[in-house]
Amino acid sequence: MNTILTAVAFLILAPVIGILVTGVDRIITARMQGRVGPPVLQPLLDIAKLFEKEKVGVWQAPAVLIFLHLAFMVVTGLIFFGGGDLLLAIFALTLSEVFLVLAAFSTRSPYAHVGAGRELIQLIAVEPVIILTAVGFYMVTGSFAASDIMSFSGLPVILLPGIFISMVCILTFKLRKSPFDLSTSHHAHQELVKGVMTEFSGSTLGMVELAHLYETVILLGIIYLFFVGNPVLGVLAVVVVYLLEMLADNSTSRVKWLPALRGAWLITLILGGGNIIALSLL
Amino acid sequence: MIDANLITVMYVELYVELLLFLILFPLIPALILTVLRNENLRGVVVTAGAGICALGSILLLAFSVGQNQLFFTVPAPGIALVMLILEILIAGYLVMVSVKAKQFLVTGFVLLQLLLIGGAEYLGLEGHATVPDLLTDEFSAIMAVIIGVIGGLICIYALGYMREYQEHHKDLPDNRPRFFAILFLFLSAMFGVVFSNNLIWMYFFWEITTLCSYLLIRYPETGEAVNNAFRALLYNLIGGACFPIAILFILMNGGSEQLGIGSLIAAGPAIALVPASLIAIAGCAKSAQLPFSSWLVGAMVAPTPVSALLHSSTMVKAGVYAIARFAPVFDGQVLGMVIALIGGVTFLVTSCIAISQSNAKKVLAYSTIANLGLIVACAGVGTPEALWAAIFLIIFHAISKSLLFLSVGTVEHRIGSRDIEDMTGLAAPMPKVGLMMLIGIAGMFLAPFGMLISKWASIHAFSQALPPFGMILIVILAYGSAVTVFFWAKWMGKLLEVRKWEESIEFQISKAEWAALIPLTALTIIACFGIAPISTYLIEPFLVTTYGPISELIPASNLMIMVLMLALIVVLPVLMMKILIPRRSLRRYMGGVTVKDGLMEGSIGMKREISLSNLYLEDLFPEAGLSKYGSLITIVLFCVLVAGLIGGVL
Repeated sequence: MNTILTAVAFLILAPVIGILVTGVDRIITARMQGRVGPPVLQPLLDIAKLFEKEKVGVWQAPAVLIFLHLAFMVVTGLIFFGGGDLLLAIFALTLSEVFLVLAAFSTRSPYAHVGAGRELIQLIAVEPVIILTAVGFYMVTGSFAASDIMSFSGLPVILLPGIFISMVCILTFKLRKSPFDLSTSHHAHQELVKGVMTEFSGSTLGMVELAHLYETVILLGIIYLFFVGNPVLGVLAVVVVYLLEMLADNSTSRVKWLPALRGAWLITLILGGGNIIALSLL
Repeated sequence: MIDANLITVMYVELYVELLLFLILFPLIPALILTVLRNENLRGVVVTAGAGICALGSILLLAFSVGQNQLFFTVPAPGIALVMLILEILIAGYLVMVSVKAKQFLVTGFVLLQLLLIGGAEYLGLEGHATVPDLLTDEFSAIMAVIIGVIGGLICIYALGYMREYQEHHKDLPDNRPRFFAILFLFLSAMFGVVFSNNLIWMYFFWEITTLCSYLLIRYPETGEAVNNAFRALLYNLIGGACFPIAILFILMNGGSEQLGIGSLIAAGPAIALVPASLIAIAGCAKSAQLPFSSWLVGAMVAPTPVSALLHSSTMVKAGVYAIARFAPVFDGQVLGMVIALIGGVTFLVTSCIAISQSNAKKVLAYSTIANLGLIVACAGVGTPEALWAAIFLIIFHAISKSLLFLSVGTVEHRIGSRDIEDMTGLAAPMPKVGLMMLIGIAGMFLAPFGMLISKWASIHAFSQALPPFGMILIVILAYGSAVTVFFWAKWMGKLLEVRKWEESIEFQISKAEWAALIPLTALTIIACFGIAPISTYLIEPFLVTTYGPISELIPASNLMIMVLMLALIVVLPVLMMKILIPRRSLRRYMGGVTVKDGLMEGSIGMKREISLSNLYLEDLFPEAGLSKYGSLITIVLFCVLVAGLIGGVL
């Protein structure tokens, strides 16, 4: 019963939280750039508008693949917040990402094609950290189940500092923020037009945006887990980490994919890998 | 009570007869096919032979449910002598061809092995009868089904493929009678490997698989094919030499009663570790682990059904089967961890190499080596959970990889290329085969398909393995699985990059090819739905027999979630299709200079069609450099292994 309640709560609350987070993000970003910025609920209005648009597209496949992208992002969240196996949630997340990449490829747009290639590079830059995070939680709490980790009374971050730092670094890829907004960005004025999303419009684009809201909440949930024993500290950590991401977004320029990939892999190997190998020897 | 006993006796007799039938029966079609030149009759014999092998193996699997491990002695006293004579004949043949081709290194290793096995037989002939010759349990039965069903389907597929192959290659001699005969001999030898309890028997069948793969690789008889065939032979002989050494070691230390797999494992690591590690080295060569891996990549020159057979149901699977058999011996041992690391390094390095390849068969070859590496890593770790993962990897890899090879073969004959770049938008002209390929690829790396559950279990298993090796393996797996996503997903994307709908060209595909492709696609999906029953009724009982009581592996609730996810992938597109599909179709955005869909106009009026190419990142993942360093690392690991063995003996 509890699980079903959590699931329903996630389905409804995640987009709400996601909208508030991105809405505040846009205001603070605007202030950093000396603008006033949109109202907090602007992301909601944007998405709502997208669903009212006419359904157009290059052919049938992309819309279906994007729907699967959204569906499995939701499944990921349900597994994660429902207390399921962390690794299973990670695999569902990868599946969802792959559907997005396939949708981009299937449009056969040159911009989306380049974007899809870069999205895959981002995926492989991020994947090792996420797997190491799950294993790190297992080593600290003795379980892969999110429910067991959530009832852990200590602060996992104390034993997993290297993994936590790697996770914060790769979060920039996942939130599509500069300097790692390679495959698509919130700003459509780059050489790639809108990258993976170039050919998505109307409700298809709306589903992509919705999936991104769910993803943001899931990722912030993982950040919270590092401080699970102390909810106040956990929420504070999530806020601070997100503020850092915004700061990075507004103060750095985009890097090329090769240094991004190399950097992510090196940090993961040294900090993340070093962390769990050292932990296993303790 | 008496009745019950009688039934048991009859049951056991039926069992041993079935095992012998599966080993010996394929020789009948093999013999008939050697002399048969009529193509229609060949079709009948191959289909019937493959069908009977498949049915026999399924029957065996049904028998094995609820049955413990059984050992049998074959009541034929002269059989050891017959095997020795056959071994000498095979060695004689190999000496002859290798001297003729001036491959003297091969000659040397053939003679060395003959000397070693001759010595072993000389020492062991008296004690022979004390060891049961055959064994069967759930693991053997699973292997038998892989050999019988998937191997059988590949034989049927070969009927259609080889006809086209000979039409495409008019300059090559038509040796199809011999080709099909060798396929069946191969199946027979593989049944022999997985049913052998006596290591001398296993070695005999082991060598026949080496011989068969050599003959099949050199089928095109071009200079490259002959060279690659000799390379395969050489590498397998180098590794294979460790097998008779293991037998000699057992005879000199433990005595001939330990010559059976069952009794050797029961004797515990103190006695079994050295011979098991030696056999693992032979297994690494056979399953193309670094630094031996180049023989399997070279084997691509052979016709596609041969690649499919070598990669999925035979040859390389014999290698990992042998290592996985001895997994309990490696549990918690440092030497086991060294073997696991060899597999882990192979997994990571060859996955990286696969990124830089655009030749579809090469991508498949490197991914096979990578997956075998993961199986070796699991077997080397040797805990119940790791072995669970290894067996599932063997099952799912066999199904998906055979499907992929066969669909690539079919596509190759239609579009005249095996390059992934030439498969752009293949979903339009070949929708069914394109979908099959997509399912096969998904089966290789995506949740909730089969291979992924094994990766999941491997991570669980490595987390509990001997520190710090377990964590090193986790780091390797984390990077390797990321890289795997990259090269598979970009291939899938290529298939979906459809420009416009074209007329299907699938009507050209022969019935024999469909007859293999459709069941394999179905198997890929059915096996995913069947994970829970396969685990409960086959693999867990096997693990309990091997290890004693085991703790819960992957919880059933998680398996249910996987099945639900699979159902979602199948059902959602169908349900949502009507709502989702665009009402109006638009041109692509091309920066304002589009003339027609996909056509761009340049500044001086020159029209250019867009062409999109995938990323291969050759600078980051160079094939030559990675092979070199990967080989170097694994050679060092093998040296550590051998040093450990010598240290352990002394």
